Amino acid sequence: MKLGALAAVSMLLLVACGSSNTNTGATTQQPPTANVKPQQSIGAGEGQLNLVLWDGYADKSWADPFTQQTGCKLNLHPAGSSDEMVSLMKDGGGGQWDMVSASGDADLRLIYGGDVKPMNTALIPDWQNFQNYFKNPPYNTINGVHYGISLQWGPNTLLYNTKKFPNKPTSWQVIYDPANKGLITVPDNPIQIADAALYLSKTQASLGIKDPYELTQKQFDAAVKLLKDQQPLIKHYWALATDEINLFQSGDVVVGAAWPYQTIQLKAAGAPVDDTIPTEGATGWADTWMLANKAPHPNCAYMWTKWVSTKQVQAEQALSFGETPVNSQACAEMEALQAGSCAQYHADQTSAAYFSTISFWKTPLATCDDGSQNCVPYAQWVSAWTTIKG
Amino acid sequence: MIWRLPWLRPLLLLTPPLAWFVAIYLASLGLLLITAFWTINPFTTQIVQQWNLDNFRIIVTESVYWSIIGRTVLIAALVTITDAVLAFPFAYYMARVASRRVQTLLFAAVLLPLWASYLARVYAWILILNHSGVLNWSLQSIGLPPANLGYTNTAMWIVFSYIWLPFMIIPVYAALERVPDSLLEAAADLGARRWRAVRDVVVPLVLPGIVAGSIFTFSLTLGDYITPILVGGASSNFIGNVVYANIGIANNIPFAAALTMVPVAIMAVYLTIAYRLGAFEAL
Amino acid sequence: MEGLWTRIALRIWAVLILLFLFIPILLIFFYAFNTSNIESWPIPGLTLKWFSATWNDDNVRAALLVSLQAGLLATAIALVLGSCAAFAIHRSKFFGREVVSLLFILPLALPGIITGIALNAFFSFNNIALSLATIVVGHTTFCIVVVYNNVLARLRRTQGSLIEAAMDLGANGFQVFRDITLPLISTAVVAGSMLAFALSFDEVIVTTFTAGAQSTLPIWIFGQIRHGVLLPEVNVVVSFVILITIIPVVIAARLTGGGGTARVPAAR
Repeated sequence: MKLGALAAVSMLLLVACGSSNTNTGATTQQPPTANVKPQQSIGAGEGQLNLVLWDGYADKSWADPFTQQTGCKLNLHPAGSSDEMVSLMKDGGGGQWDMVSASGDADLRLIYGGDVKPMNTALIPDWQNFQNYFKNPPYNTINGVHYGISLQWGPNTLLYNTKKFPNKPTSWQVIYDPANKGLITVPDNPIQIADAALYLSKTQASLGIKDPYELTQKQFDAAVKLLKDQQPLIKHYWALATDEINLFQSGDVVVGAAWPYQTIQLKAAGAPVDDTIPTEGATGWADTWMLANKAPHPNCAYMWTKWVSTKQVQAEQALSFGETPVNSQACAEMEALQAGSCAQYHADQTSAAYFSTISFWKTPLATCDDGSQNCVPYAQWVSAWTTIKG
Repeated sequence: MIWRLPWLRPLLLLTPPLAWFVAIYLASLGLLLITAFWTINPFTTQIVQQWNLDNFRIIVTESVYWSIIGRTVLIAALVTITDAVLAFPFAYYMARVASRRVQTLLFAAVLLPLWASYLARVYAWILILNHSGVLNWSLQSIGLPPANLGYTNTAMWIVFSYIWLPFMIIPVYAALERVPDSLLEAAADLGARRWRAVRDVVVPLVLPGIVAGSIFTFSLTLGDYITPILVGGASSNFIGNVVYANIGIANNIPFAAALTMVPVAIMAVYLTIAYRLGAFEAL
Repeated sequence: MEGLWTRIALRIWAVLILLFLFIPILLIFFYAFNTSNIESWPIPGLTLKWFSATWNDDNVRAALLVSLQAGLLATAIALVLGSCAAFAIHRSKFFGREVVSLLFILPLALPGIITGIALNAFFSFNNIALSLATIVVGHTTFCIVVVYNNVLARLRRTQGSLIEAAMDLGANGFQVFRDITLPLISTAVVAGSMLAFALSFDEVIVTTFTAGAQSTLPIWIFGQIRHGVLLPEVNVVVSFVILITIIPVVIAARLTGGGGTARVPAAR
């Protein structure tokens, strides 16, 4: 908590000093909704809650008890990608949507677009039990203001066919290796450039990459070159999790970047696969429940956020989807539901050192965290990705 | 009174649908497409209403967009030709050889797949074409090498041809049905052999029907982005995929709008040619 | 009239095309019995459990209902508006007539995402809540096209002399419409409506951006394809839809001239 405050203050100072040096005046370090005061108490439920979310994030097993207890009927609008979520949430949700379970790559876009507003962590009792990293992660907390409540997270793992790789691969090098030509798959997502940057930060230290989401043009070009060299080796860029599952199941690919969800589904179907996090580390995704700026049912929204932050629901959701809870007390619950799951999902990790090996997604912005303005913005990531895929 | 003022009648008839169209669809579309001439601020990623042609310049000068547009148009054209070739003999059979009852059943059989969800049908093709799918399994069980068509541009070509085939068969069938028997008899009387008669008499009469069907197959392929996501390979981006990628987090709506002008322009040209070939007579 | 070998060749071709059209559909039927939720060949095992699971799934029912409602409404509106437009274009020769035709084709030609985003922005700007009504609006944009094309094509083949003859015999405008024009175009209207309904029933891209909290069937299917856990339910639902549309489609085929209209006896 103190560390977060210190970080926030230092960021404020840097921002204050940094902005006085800029001459474009075009940046807004302050998100448009920064001064919107969140509510101080949760009133009566409005009877309804409209959510934009990932498939499976409001499974009946924990959604039905919620509706029974609060009377808030859930209306779900599953979205297939972060781009879709951002499009749907335009204009503060349009007065239509209450919350969005945004992933790190979308969060800053939603915040700086003024589509979501600050939330009051005091209204979420379990927030105190969150792992420290997820209380104030840089992708949803800016200048100490919380633009959402962290939900769950997962690493982007290296998934491999155990028959083709009897020894667990130890480096991401395998997905860049021409020996595996035509047998590799990676996500169809421009944020994948960060994975390349992360790999280069360890293998080409001279580039000086510190944060894979804040790249200078030179660092960015190097990552793009690596991915362009990789393109002929790729069988298919997977856009849906089931895409990748089919690819591995049918034997079309033998190695690729994946989420734990795919590993679980494939193992359940008896496919000979396993996953690992190589020595270079991994990127990760972390989801946040964010409150729409024009949310029509804010009380139900807070009730929902409270509900999904409890250790019981955190454990249920983690096991149901195949992700890791942010509530540190969920580990015991997971063990009770499925022995060994806590370690399997890295839910037992609490040290800052561990989380520093994972580079969580955040929207690349033109203005770097230190105030300088030569970081490559996401729109360029998208055009570069188009050029990479060809 | 209406009959006396010839221009009033079309105006009255056209007003409700046009009002609908203009008010809702064209207005919102116009607002979106006008942003093609604007740009986004790289720092705030908000749209800046500064008139320029940057987006078009990027599309024209960067080779990747040429290859994406080229790929989309090429596959759309291939699909159209394939469907025409597949549909013609089938429609010929339906129109000229089959009995009344068989005609009805075949017509129903062609319509029926349209009711099985597009998504479900494309998904079934993944099962057929992938590495250990139905196709490879069948080939290998009779001793042939596997085709390995999964996740390639060829796979997309096959799937698109499959999905839009009913849209081609129906207009071609309708056109063939209208070819009078007497014309073919006359051709035979004049000494033309069957194939010559078909080529010189039937095909020109059926051409409007083929072109009409091609409007569907071409335009629907041009604007699609789901099939490339599901069955495409590493280099299978369509125009629609690039448009989709730029709307959302990148918020580069101006660029997406500029890129959208390309299929619109292509279709305008295509429709003009189709009109000249009389397709609108045969829809 | 065709030679024997030609007839045999054509028959074989027809069978091959039918196989091409229906093998994926048969796979959909087959995999409704899949024990695993991952589709792989050969099928891992057979089970009936997905049928009861789908029957009990509220989301499927709701989605089916919304799809039916949206389809019927969109088709009805498109019927009226598309026919009106076809009449107007047919009977007039004004400058810009072909441009109007191009405008009508636009919803098919554009990537669906553009139509979706444009409509979404429109509704949001005018503070119109997303609901079944907005879904219907989105669908009607391309349903109109289909009805318009079909009716216009049929009108172009109708002989003006019939209408003139009726008027000579003393019929007024309304009677001409009711007794001459309407019967002549009825099959085109039915064909257009069927095609329009099929397009609406299957539309996913535009609907994603114009739907509120409702799911149509294709949206539900897309969600299941993404998530994967209940994939065989998709096969069950699609199989169900195909089976119950067989009868209506056969009836429509008879009505629209799949063997219903006589071959044109002589050239005009």
